[in-house]
Amino acid sequence: MSTLTRIATAAAVAAGLTLGLGAVGAQAAGGGEGPGLKRPYWSFEGVFGGYDEQQLRRGWEVYAQVCKSCHVLDYMHYRNLEQIGFTEDEVKEIAASFEVEDGPDEWGEMFMRPATPMDEFAKPYENDAIAKLANGGVVPPNLSVMARARDGGADYIYSLMLGYRDEVPEWVLEHDPNFELPAGKSFNAYFPGYAISMPQQLFEGILEYPDGTEPSAEQMAHDVTAFLQWAAEPELEDRKALGRYVLVFLLVLTALLYAYKREIWKDAH
Amino acid sequence: MSQAVNPGGNADGDSRRDFLLYATATVGAVGTALAVWPFIDSMNPAKDVMALASVEVDLSPVEVGQAITVVWRGKPVFVRHRTEKDIEQARAVDPATLPDPATDDERAIHKPEWLVMIGICTHLGCVPKGQKPSDPKGDYNGWFCVCHGSHYDTAGRIRKGPAPLNLPVPEYAFLDDTTIQIGQEA
Amino acid sequence: MSSTPSPVWSNRTIKWVDRRLPIFSMMHKELIVYPTPRNLNYWWNFGSLAGIALVILILTGIFLAMFYTPHEDMAFASIERIMREVNFGWLIRFIHMNAVSLFFLVVYIHIFRGMYYGSYKAPRELLWGIGVLIYLVMVGTAFLGYVLPWGQMSFWAATVITSLVTAIPVVGNDLAIWLWGGFSVDNDTLKRFFALHYLLPFVIFALVFLHLWALHTTKSNNPTGVEVKKPADTLPFHPYYTMKDAFGLGVALIVLCFFVFFYPNYFNHAINYVQADPMVTPEHIVPEWYFLPFYAILRAVPDKLGGVVLMFLAIAIWFILPLLDTSKTRSGRFRPIFKWFFWLLVADFVLLTYLGAMPAEGIYVTLGMWATGYYFFHFVVILPLLGWFEKPLPVPESISAAVTAGHEKEAAA
Repeated sequence: MSTLTRIATAAAVAAGLTLGLGAVGAQAAGGGEGPGLKRPYWSFEGVFGGYDEQQLRRGWEVYAQVCKSCHVLDYMHYRNLEQIGFTEDEVKEIAASFEVEDGPDEWGEMFMRPATPMDEFAKPYENDAIAKLANGGVVPPNLSVMARARDGGADYIYSLMLGYRDEVPEWVLEHDPNFELPAGKSFNAYFPGYAISMPQQLFEGILEYPDGTEPSAEQMAHDVTAFLQWAAEPELEDRKALGRYVLVFLLVLTALLYAYKREIWKDAH
Repeated sequence: MSQAVNPGGNADGDSRRDFLLYATATVGAVGTALAVWPFIDSMNPAKDVMALASVEVDLSPVEVGQAITVVWRGKPVFVRHRTEKDIEQARAVDPATLPDPATDDERAIHKPEWLVMIGICTHLGCVPKGQKPSDPKGDYNGWFCVCHGSHYDTAGRIRKGPAPLNLPVPEYAFLDDTTIQIGQEA
Repeated sequence: MSSTPSPVWSNRTIKWVDRRLPIFSMMHKELIVYPTPRNLNYWWNFGSLAGIALVILILTGIFLAMFYTPHEDMAFASIERIMREVNFGWLIRFIHMNAVSLFFLVVYIHIFRGMYYGSYKAPRELLWGIGVLIYLVMVGTAFLGYVLPWGQMSFWAATVITSLVTAIPVVGNDLAIWLWGGFSVDNDTLKRFFALHYLLPFVIFALVFLHLWALHTTKSNNPTGVEVKKPADTLPFHPYYTMKDAFGLGVALIVLCFFVFFYPNYFNHAINYVQADPMVTPEHIVPEWYFLPFYAILRAVPDKLGGVVLMFLAIAIWFILPLLDTSKTRSGRFRPIFKWFFWLLVADFVLLTYLGAMPAEGIYVTLGMWATGYYFFHFVVILPLLGWFEKPLPVPESISAAVTAGHEKEAAA
């Protein structure tokens, strides 16, 4: 029994250390000399977290009107939009408004046709070379796993969207007096190295939400980040729901096993 | 042998011990059984495969007398826009005399001029000829399987040769006058 | 101990089979009546846990292999397809990813348990050596597997680790080219890594079998380090230890599932969700947490070859642990000074883990050197000397005597 207590204590200390180190790491990643990452409320955080479908549809609106013209969203299909509350017919309509390449046809030619729900999201550029050419030598990254691919996840994306400054702030120059923004780049307080190729995209009122929400920059950043989180982890709701059942089940089973084990060991003591 | 202990317990703790044993064993067995399911289910068709389980086909470019082949669930589906003569031929036969009796209405289930069937010979799985104008169409002006010589008529019914059954008709529906959807809703 | 009589089977089929292949008698002997020291504490749970973690990894791995595509252009996308399109694909992958961490955690505890209770001492030297070998193959398997998702960290881990061989004089460069099947990590590297990653777990499985064979030949050690002398010292494996192990498994599964379902990427590096790019190295390349102590040792030496050699020595030294420990007393429980040094070694190992994750600059480099130095100092100097200088406490005459004494102590308290 005393060993069990000792192992439990060791485990608790180790868990504390692990989580503590994780937090320190996250701080270090986001911090540096600049401001810490913004940490807004996300509906999908925590054991009981889930997505807000209405928000995801607003996020889709931002993605479709702003991000889509430069960024690919690999691995996603128009049919996936049914998961965020679009009806089958709406999805068909959305898909049909995009053209995708198909073929070769019987004459050996590639041709364009309206997309169907089964198609992957249309890509903005034919290949990386053209993408580079159109974006100052940098390929705009795929966004579908972005929320998993950056330290800080959703907080990072949200902060980046709102991290643009017209002028290089004092705290950067204090740290590095020679800092100069290269031509064609923008200053972003959260981007590693601060010089980002993508200009600021979200300005108040650049689009209208179908649900009448006020399109402030913060609102749009929040919505599109939630959308990208969903694009990165479409399984999140299923995963957490199943996880809650599994954990409750395992707690019951383990409690029973402990009781039975004690019962048997009575004889041996 | 180890020290003589009796894991069965004595009368005192018997019922409590039995209860714990059965409860633990039951919960454990249920858990193991449930844990197996995700692995079995992972081998079922994935979501992207299921999404292609139905296809929509635009029939408007298919003239009378022409045929097209579309891929559905990895198999060829024959769609023929039948002529009046094709339909007459098909209806002239007494279904009772056929190896696999079926009336023409049971073959062209929605509209007599449109015949939709899975183009796989019911003998051993070859794809019969007869879709292109230049193809052999067999003795009954329908389809002819070159592998083992099965002849199908203008309703896709087996008439001669080793194949036991008619070419199967998939589940399909007309979404409008010139569009069909083959397969169920995904 | 008298030898166990073979049971008389009443079922005719079992009887028929058992007379031709005594598999049922063997299982009865090794898993049911197997006389196990009655005083094993919970630190003895981690061996069977490691075995189960291996089985979980092999099972989930086989299912992942049904969907994974080992090709430089398709590997990354095939894993995203597993996550998005395959039924429960995300679950199977997340279990596989996190069970590796569980496996290593459990094995580290198992190894340090062996060190504390002197489980490597005669007659268990071979049992211990096979265990170290298992650990080495595990390290190789985990490394190969980490390359398969073909993310940035996968690619650069493959590059950095395979480049270790270039430290070997004369043939180093040719060896690296041979390992890669090219002039850098490329498509053929990925494919051979996949083939080997599928193979090695079964090698581990075979080694585990040998490990258990040796265990059941020399019998389990126990917290007193006193060998089993009479029947009163033991309990049958079933139901005593099967149930104790099952309870431990329950706890381990709770921990595993907590991460799988709620923080599945906790132990993963975010940058590994960016597809491999041979033209751009990520800013911080850090190995998975379970490699960190040895990574810190690699970096502690400012010489390329020296670092590589020292890193492998850090594990290889475990093989000769039975020779380095000169004490006649087996269990650390009765070695008052050893105890302190043991916990110091654990602290040093944890410190190395921490340092491995930190950037190689400033204070971390100095600390890394000291921690590495102490690690070897413990094995090469302290252990051999302790055997001479330390005066061990009196060891109980038998396991059952120790158990009885323990009960009396408890009653008095």
